[in-house]
Amino acid sequence: MINSLFLINPSGEMFLEKHWKSVVSRSVCDYFLEAKEKALEPEDVPPVIHTPHHYLISIYRDKLFFLSVIQTEVPPLFVIEFLHRVAEMIQDYFGECSETVVKDHMVMVYELLEEMLDNGFPLATESNVLKEMIRPPTILRSVVNTLTGTSNVGDTLLTGQLSTIPWRRAGVRYTNNEAYFDVVEEIDAILDQSGTTVFAEIQGVVEACVKLSGMPDLTLSFMNPRLLDDVSFHPCVRYKLWESERVLSFIPPDGNFTLMTYHVNAQNLVAIPVYVKQSISFFECGSDGRLDVTVGPKQTMGKTVEGVMVTVHLPKTILSINLTATQGSYTYDNGTKLLVWDIGKLNPQKLPNLRGSLSLQAGAPKPEENPSLNIDLKIQQLAISGLKVNRLDMFGEKYKPFKGVKYITKAGKFQVRT
Amino acid sequence: MSASSAFNDEKGGSSNVGEPEYGHDPASGGIFSSDYKRHDDLKEMLDSNKDSLKLEAMKRIVAMIARGKNASDLFPAVVKNVACKNIEVKKLVYVYLVRYAEEQQDLALLSISTFQRGLKDPNQLIRASALRVLSSIRVTIIVPIMMLAIKEAASDMSPYVRKTAAHAIPKLYSLDPEQKDCLIEVIEKLLADKTTLVAGSVVMAFEEVCPERIDLIHKNYRKLCNLLIDVEEWGQVVIINMLTRYARTQFLNPNMNESLLEEGGGEKAFYGSDNDDDTDDEEDKEEKEKKKTEATAIVKRKPYVMDPDHRLLLRNTKPLLQSRNAAVVMAVAQLYFHLAPKAEVGVIAKALVRLMRSHSEVQYVVLQNVATMSIKRRGMFEPYLKSFYIRSTDPTQIKVLKLEVLTNLANETNISTILREFQTYIKSNDKDFVAATIQAIGRCATNIGEVRDTCLNGLVQLLSNRDELVVAESVVVIKKLLQMQPEQHSDIIKHMAKLTDNIQVPMARASILWLIGEYCEHVPKIAPDVLRKMAKTFTNEEDIVKLQIINLAAKLYLTNSKQTKLLTQYVLNLAKYDQNYDIRDRARFIRQLIVPTDKSGALSKYAKKLFLALKPAPVLESPFKDRDHFQLGSLSHLLNAKAGGYQVLPDWPEAAPDPSVRNVEVPEWTKCSSREKRKEKKADKPFYSDSEGESGPTESADSASDTASGSESGSGSEESGSGSESEESNEESESASEEDEEEEGKKKKKNVEKIKARKPVPESESEPSSGEDVKKSEKKSKPRIGSSESESEEDNDSESESSESEEEESEEESEEETKKKKKTTASKPPSKPPKKENKKEKKEMSLLDFDDFDPAPSPSQVTPLNNFLSSSLVTDLEGLSLTDNVLSPTTIIPSGNLKTYELLHRITGEGLSVEYCFSRQPFSPDPHMVAVKIQFTNSATSEAKSLHVEDAKLQSGMRIKEFPEIEVLPAGETVSVVMGIDFCDSTQAANFQLCTHTRKFFVSIQPPVGELMMPIFMTENEFKKEQGQLMGMNEITEKLTLEEKCQGEHAVVQRVTTAANLSRVPCGSDKECRFAGKTVTSGSLVLVSVVTKEDGAAQLTVNCEKMVIGTMLVKDILQALTQ
Repeated sequence: MINSLFLINPSGEMFLEKHWKSVVSRSVCDYFLEAKEKALEPEDVPPVIHTPHHYLISIYRDKLFFLSVIQTEVPPLFVIEFLHRVAEMIQDYFGECSETVVKDHMVMVYELLEEMLDNGFPLATESNVLKEMIRPPTILRSVVNTLTGTSNVGDTLLTGQLSTIPWRRAGVRYTNNEAYFDVVEEIDAILDQSGTTVFAEIQGVVEACVKLSGMPDLTLSFMNPRLLDDVSFHPCVRYKLWESERVLSFIPPDGNFTLMTYHVNAQNLVAIPVYVKQSISFFECGSDGRLDVTVGPKQTMGKTVEGVMVTVHLPKTILSINLTATQGSYTYDNGTKLLVWDIGKLNPQKLPNLRGSLSLQAGAPKPEENPSLNIDLKIQQLAISGLKVNRLDMFGEKYKPFKGVKYITKAGKFQVRT
Repeated sequence: MSASSAFNDEKGGSSNVGEPEYGHDPASGGIFSSDYKRHDDLKEMLDSNKDSLKLEAMKRIVAMIARGKNASDLFPAVVKNVACKNIEVKKLVYVYLVRYAEEQQDLALLSISTFQRGLKDPNQLIRASALRVLSSIRVTIIVPIMMLAIKEAASDMSPYVRKTAAHAIPKLYSLDPEQKDCLIEVIEKLLADKTTLVAGSVVMAFEEVCPERIDLIHKNYRKLCNLLIDVEEWGQVVIINMLTRYARTQFLNPNMNESLLEEGGGEKAFYGSDNDDDTDDEEDKEEKEKKKTEATAIVKRKPYVMDPDHRLLLRNTKPLLQSRNAAVVMAVAQLYFHLAPKAEVGVIAKALVRLMRSHSEVQYVVLQNVATMSIKRRGMFEPYLKSFYIRSTDPTQIKVLKLEVLTNLANETNISTILREFQTYIKSNDKDFVAATIQAIGRCATNIGEVRDTCLNGLVQLLSNRDELVVAESVVVIKKLLQMQPEQHSDIIKHMAKLTDNIQVPMARASILWLIGEYCEHVPKIAPDVLRKMAKTFTNEEDIVKLQIINLAAKLYLTNSKQTKLLTQYVLNLAKYDQNYDIRDRARFIRQLIVPTDKSGALSKYAKKLFLALKPAPVLESPFKDRDHFQLGSLSHLLNAKAGGYQVLPDWPEAAPDPSVRNVEVPEWTKCSSREKRKEKKADKPFYSDSEGESGPTESADSASDTASGSESGSGSEESGSGSESEESNEESESASEEDEEEEGKKKKKNVEKIKARKPVPESESEPSSGEDVKKSEKKSKPRIGSSESESEEDNDSESESSESEEEESEEESEEETKKKKKTTASKPPSKPPKKENKKEKKEMSLLDFDDFDPAPSPSQVTPLNNFLSSSLVTDLEGLSLTDNVLSPTTIIPSGNLKTYELLHRITGEGLSVEYCFSRQPFSPDPHMVAVKIQFTNSATSEAKSLHVEDAKLQSGMRIKEFPEIEVLPAGETVSVVMGIDFCDSTQAANFQLCTHTRKFFVSIQPPVGELMMPIFMTENEFKKEQGQLMGMNEITEKLTLEEKCQGEHAVVQRVTTAANLSRVPCGSDKECRFAGKTVTSGSLVLVSVVTKEDGAAQLTVNCEKMVIGTMLVKDILQALTQ
C-alpha cells in the first residue's frame, strides 16, 4: 500500500519523510516537483502522477503538500483519504497544520506516523486511540517534560485498540461534563448577472465537542429531520436507528469530532441571505474600466449578516485600481490581482458600496470576461435550512451533563457571475 | 557507505555528492561545529545510565531520520538500548531499528532475541509490538524466525496479536516470496477468524500474497459480508474490493435477463432518448447481436434468480454509502456498479455527488469515476446535473472533468440549459478550459441532432474571438461538424477560408485546408485562391499544414485542373525538395497518381475516386468510453493503464459455480465448553451488535427489486433475516419451487438440497438449527426445543406459511392435513430431509400433537395470523440476526418443557381430561391476548361432542377468545386447541364453563405472572436506556444465592426463561444476564437482569412500570433460581 510519505512545503523543500517499507529515494519527488513547476496554482498539481516505477499520490492542504509514494495498485481515494487524516491528526494534536508546527514536533509527528500505518496499511487512525499512545502536548506537560525529561509517549500501554468501542478511549473523567454541538451550514450557490440563482444548495455539518465522563450513550434528535436529504456519519452513529427513527444515537468519541454531515435538498427554497448589485465594465477604447459593487441583505430571517467579505480575482491585464468603499476596507495585491473587500456587518439602512476606476495596462485588449465575485458571510444563531435540534438525551451515566447547541450559517462556495 | 555519509553530514549536508540532496537544517550546522563531535555526544548519551539522557539522544536521532538525514553510523550505540526498560526509549529504538536494520543486518541480529522474548510476554500488547517490529526488520536471515513467530501469533488468544500477525504476512512475503505456501496456510487460518479486528488486515494480506486463491474465500464469504459493517474503515475498502472480484467469479450477471427482455426499444426508453447518433446505434446493434446470441444460449435455462449470497453482499454494503470515508463510499459505489442489477445501481449516485463536496483531490478521483459511469448509466446522474456546474474557482483539472460529465449527461431535455452553462464557460480566462468547452459543445452537437445548427452557429461566432486558441479549437470542431452535412453550410466554409489569413495555429490551418479541399465544389471560386495563397507561404508552414496543402492541390487539380494546374505543379515541386521525407514521399506519390503521363499506372484512372470519396463523419466520443473494463475506483482506472499488482475484474461466468461451497461446517455448540471462545466472540461485537440488523431498512427496497427481477417468492423469504443465509437460500428455492411444482417434486428437490446442504452446514443462524437437528434425532422423546430457538424456527415457519397461504386456501385441504403439512415445514429446519421427517413424524405423532405450536389450527385463521406475524416479523428477525453469535450457545438449551396445568381431571370430567399450558406463542387474532393451549383427552368409552366454552365469568377488562367448537372427540383420542385470554396484566383467574353436549364444568385458568408477558428484542444499549428510565419505584432489587446447580450463565438463562416469557438481551459480560419483555395487554416493559458474583452470590433486578407485576415476577424468578 503506502510506501513512503514526504511533506513538502510550497517552495519544494522536503522537510519530513517517513518510510513504511524499504526506503524510497527522495529523487522520486522530482517528478512531482516538475509537475508543480508546470502548474499555475498549487491546486492544479495533478493528485496522481505516474512515474516509471512508482505512483505519486499527493494532496495539497494548509499550504503543504502531502506526497505519498505507491508501488502497486491501490484505490487512490484510499490514499487520499488517509493523507487527509494525517493532516487532520496534526491539526488535532498541535492546533494547526503548518510547516513550523511539524518542524517543532518532528519526533512526535514521526511517532504518530509510525503508529498510523503498519507496512503501509492503516493501523490506528482514530484520534482517541492515538492520543492514548502518544499524548498531545499541553503547556503544562511540556513544562513537566522539560523538568523531568519524559516525553509524550503514553507510559501505560494502549488499551483503546482493545476496548469494545474502537473510537472512544476508556476511563474518561471530567469534573465538568459538557457536550456542545455546532450546527454549521454552508450555502453553496451560483448567481448569475441578473441575480437569479443558477444553483444553490445547503451543506450542513454537525460538529461536536463532547467532554463527558465514562461511557455516555447519547441520542440527538431533530425537530425536522425530514429536511435532511443526504447524510453521512461518523462511524459511531448507529445507522439503523437513523433509518428507522431519524435520531442520532451514538457513543461519542472523547473530544472534538464531526458527528455528521448532511445535505439539504431544496433547490429553489434555499434562502439567499444577501444580494449583490454589481457592474464591472471596461471601455472599449481607452485603457480604463469601472467597478461598482453594492451588497445588501435579502432573506436573513431577521438576523444580522456579519463577516461579509467580497473577493475578486481581477483580470491579469489590470494595472492599478482606485476605489472607495463606503464601509469596511479593501486590500488589493497587484501581484496576484486579488481584490478583497472586507465589509463586516451589513447595515440594512446604509448599504455598503465599493466603486471606482480600474486602469488597464496600456495597449492591452479589454478583458473578455468580467471576474466573478466570491462572497463570504456569516450569520450567527441561524441554520438557514431551518434545521433545529430537538433534544439531547444521555443514557448510561448518572450525572447531568451541560448541553449546548449553536447554529451558524456561512457562505460556502458562493459565487456571483458578472 | 556509512563513513561517507558521516562525512557528508559533517559538512552540514549542503554539499552532498553521492547522496540525494537533503534539506537544510539550521540546527545541525550552527550549534555543533563538528558533527563527529555531535555523534560522539549522542553515543555518550546513549551509553549513559540515565534514561533521560538516552531519551534525549534518541529523540535527536529520530528527528534526524525524519528529516531524511543519515544516522546509520549510530547503529551499534542504539541497538544496545533495545532492551531498555524505559518504554519511551524502547519505542524510539524500535523506530530506529525498523529504519536501519536493512542496512546493518549483522548488527540488527543482536536485537532479535529481545523480540523473541517479547513474543512470549504475557501482555498481548507487548507480544503484538514485538511481532510488529520483528516483522518490519527486513533482514533475510531471520525469515524462519519470522515465519515461526507469525504462525504462533496467528493462533494467539488475543485478536490484536492476530491482527498484527496478519499485517506481518505481506511483510514476510515481500522479503521472501518462497514462503508463499506457508503463508497461505496462515492466511487461510486467519480468514476463518471471526473478529472484526482481524478481518480487514487478513484480507489485505490475502490480496497481496495470493489474490488468485479465490477458493479460500468461499467458506468465509458470508461471515465477511456480515462482519463488514463493523470492520474499521480501511479494512472495509479492501474487503469490498476483494468481494467485488469474488462476486464476479461466483454469481451470474443480474442484468442478463433484462438484456433478454429488452428487444429493441426497451433500453432506449430506460436511458433517455438520445440514441440517434451513429455510435450508439452501432454499439447497440452490436450489443444486441451479442445479446441475441447469448439469449439463445440462455433462453432454455430457467429465469434468473439472484443468488441469495449475491443479494447478501449488496444489502450489507449499502449502509456503507453513508460512511464519512470517501474511499469506503467509492468502494461500495464500484461494487454496485459492477454487481448490482441495473435498477438498483441508482442508489450510489447521491453518495457520489456528496463526495464532490469534499477536498479537490477527492473530487478529482470521484469525477473520473462518475465520468466513466455516466456513459453507461446516464439516468443515474441526471437529477444531479447542477452539482456538476463549474465554478471559476475550481482547479482546471476539476473543470475539465466536470465538463466531461456534463457532456455525457446531455440529452434533448437538458441540452438547452447545458448549452447556456457552456456559454458562460467560454468566456473564462482559463484557456485550456475554454478549449475543452468548445470540444464539449462539439460533442453535444454530434450527439444531439436538434441542437446541431445552434451549436454550429455559436461556434462560428467564436471564430471572430480575439483569442487564437479559441478560434483554432472552434475550427477543428466545426470541421468535424461540417463533415456531417456539408451541403448546407457553404457560407461557413467561405467564412473559414477567409480565416486562413489570420489563424496561425497549425492544426486549425490544416483543418481549414482540408475542409476547402474536401468541399471545393461548394466554394469553386475561393478554393483556387486559397491554394494560391498557400503556395506562397508553403515553405514556412508546419508539416501538417504542408501535407494538407498538397492534399488541397491534388483535389483541386482533379476537379478544376484548368485553373490550378500550374499551381499544383508548383506546390508539388516545392514539396519535392522539402526537408521532411514524409512530405517528399507524399508529393511524389500524388504526382504519379494525378498527373497523367504515358507511364502512369492503372491507378490514375481512379484518382478521383480515391481522393474525393465520401468520407465518413468522425466520431466524437468520450475519452472515458470503455474505461469501465478496469475496476472502478482503482488506480488503474484512473490512469487508464494497468498498474502493478492490478487484479483484472473477471467477466461474469456463463453458469454459476456451485453455490454450496460457501456453506460452512458448524461446530457443535451444544456443549459450549470453551468459555474462552465465547468470551472473545462477545468482545467482538458488543457494541455494534445492533448494527447487524441494519439490513432491515434496506430490505423493502431489496424485495421490491427482487420482485422486479422476477423472483417473487425470493422476496418473501428475503426478509427472513439478515444473518440466516442458508435458511434463506433454502427457503428461497423452496418457495420458488412450490410455486410451480407439485408437492412430490418439492420433496425430491428438498432431498437433493439436503444432500447438498448436509456436508457443508451453513453458518450463523442455521448452526443452531442444524445442530439441533442432530440433537432432535437423538432425543426424540424430548418434546420441545429451546424457547427462543423455537421462536426462530417459528418465524421461518410463518414465513413459509405466508408464502404458502394462498395455495393452502385454494387447495382446500382438510384441516388435519394442512396442519400436518405445516408441521412438516415447521418442525424441521429447512435443510432437513422430508422423507426422514415423515417417518419421524409418524413416530412423534402424539408428541407433535401435544406440543403443537401452531397457534392457528383452522385455515380460516391463517390469514390474520400472517398479517400479524409479518408485522412483528421484522423485530423478531432483528432479534434473530442479532443473537446469532452471542446467544446461540445458550438458546440451544431447552428452557424446559412448557409446564402443563390441569383444567379438568379425568374423574370429575367423567372421562374427559383437560390440560392447558401457556404456549408462549403470540395469539394471532388478538396480540393483546395470551395464548393458552388446551388439550382434551377423551378417555371415556363414548365420544364427546361439541366441546365449547360458555358463560365466561371474567374480571372487568378481561376478555376471552374462545376456541372454535370441537364437534366430535372420539373415544381415546386427543385434540388440542388454542384460546386467547386477555388477563389485563393481572394474575386473576379467568373463570368459564367448559361444555360438552351433555355436561358443563366450571373451570378456571390462573396465569403465573411470567406468562403475562411476551419477549421483545432489544439491544444492550436500548436495554440500558430503558432501564435508566425505570428507576426508583419501578425497580426492585433482590440479593440471592444461587445454588450450585444453578451457577453459570446457561442455568440462569434457562431458569429465568422458564419462569417468565422473556427474551435474552445480548450483553458484553458473562457475569450479567439480561432479559426483556413486555406485558401482553398494556405493553409495559419488563426488564430483568441477573448479575452473578463470586460464590454463587447474585443480584436480581427487575424493572417494570407495573409494580405489582414486578414484585410478583421477582418472587417467581427468585424461586426459580434458588430451587
